Amino acid sequence: MRPEPDSRRTGPRYTPSRRHLLISAAVVASAAALCGTPARAAESPLVAAASSLQFALPEIVHLFERETGRSVRVTFGSSGNLMRQIIQGAPFELFLSADESYTRALAARGLAPGEGKIFAQGRLVLFAASGSALKVDADMTGVGAALGAGKLRRFSIANPEHAPYGMRAREVLRHKGLWEKIKSRLLLGENVSQAAQFAATPGADGGLIAYSIAITPNFAKRGRSALIPSAWHAPLNQTMLLLNPAEETARAFHSFVGSAEAQAILARYGFTIPSPQ
Amino acid sequence: MDWRAFEISLALAFWTLAVLVPLSTLIARALAWRRFPGRGLVEALVALPLVLPPTVLGFYLLESFSADSLLGGFYQSVTGELLAFSFQGLLLASVIFNLPFAVQPIQRSFEAIQPNIREAAWVSGLSNWSTFWRIELPLAWPGFVSALALTFAHTLGEFGVVLMVGGNIAGETRTAAIAIYDRVQAFDNAAAAQMSAVLLLLSIVAISVVNLTARRQRRSRG
Repeated sequence: MRPEPDSRRTGPRYTPSRRHLLISAAVVASAAALCGTPARAAESPLVAAASSLQFALPEIVHLFERETGRSVRVTFGSSGNLMRQIIQGAPFELFLSADESYTRALAARGLAPGEGKIFAQGRLVLFAASGSALKVDADMTGVGAALGAGKLRRFSIANPEHAPYGMRAREVLRHKGLWEKIKSRLLLGENVSQAAQFAATPGADGGLIAYSIAITPNFAKRGRSALIPSAWHAPLNQTMLLLNPAEETARAFHSFVGSAEAQAILARYGFTIPSPQ
Repeated sequence: MDWRAFEISLALAFWTLAVLVPLSTLIARALAWRRFPGRGLVEALVALPLVLPPTVLGFYLLESFSADSLLGGFYQSVTGELLAFSFQGLLLASVIFNLPFAVQPIQRSFEAIQPNIREAAWVSGLSNWSTFWRIELPLAWPGFVSALALTFAHTLGEFGVVLMVGGNIAGETRTAAIAIYDRVQAFDNAAAAQMSAVLLLLSIVAISVVNLTARRQRRSRG
């Protein structure tokens, strides 16, 4: 009888390992074939929307889907960032910006067939989470006092470089003479939604964020807020612009945002509705 | 819970593997056994995505994907579509940032094969091709399993490059990792928590696979 082969000398077993390899290769190949690459043409149009619309717009989209049976896909972000992506060729058909300067810039570059249309106006609120000691008042005396006493550690706004609500927050802080002192204490959100996120965390004492976010029940229960007078900053004109690739569904959605039903939803989320010209 | 995002993540992972496994096998084998001018450079380039900040890689990829760049322009003239903010662009980015995760484990396991085993195969009259299939691959398989698991997990998890190059487009470039970020920004913590739990589980499975194969490899080598 032959002795049992020494497993050390024969090394790893060959057959099962090769089978293993072939099986994994087969799994990868078939799964890849099954998944396929996502098709672009068959899907609903892409809409780029300012983060201030994070809560109002899904309701409008939902209503649009129910009434027309058609759908749109929304990407939220800071208006400046979305504009950059559109310039770089991102396949959006409609842009809902929180500021009209961006839609104007896109139209000037020939990326849109027409002009932008203002559909609502946004507002800023001062917000502080329940655990924060900050006094929340529309005049912002609480922020000034806390800053003077060295008690304000972190204050959140959206990035003023590319987020309209951040730019307006900077204007408000400059108007109140607080900018130079508060600059080093700022938490900058990538967009106003993230700024709101930061403002609601225990790490921040407060922030200047979009009324349309602070007004949602889920957010409102996290703290206190006070509406900032709109005279303290340039208007936050929410502007929509149909882009060159826009087809029928995007056009239908564009007019739907201007409809009475959609405007009622926007008003419910704290947007000021422009009077018809 | 954004199932479409998981579908995109899985499609991206599988396509990345489908492209990367044959490519990495070629590169890893050459690096393990061939001595050619510029070998050190190739090895360094393969390792580069490990140390490069994802935003740096994302920036260069976005630049080279734009319609007026060489690569992006060529792609657009052939397919009529833009490489940036598309699934195909994401796939190309994924292949690049996963290169070290696929090539390095495979290269190590090729390097561990004793030269006399391959010589014995040639002396026995096996062609290069059958030596590869019958001798090299079976001996190197733990490296392949590690490469598969690491690439799979890393594709599912990559965030910075995907956000910069893909742009968070629903049904096209919004992967599971991006969807979690998106849900957090929408204060939808329940969905973010569910998706995070799934990714956590997949990562644990991937790292277990890597550790188990490493242990088996050590045991079989003695």
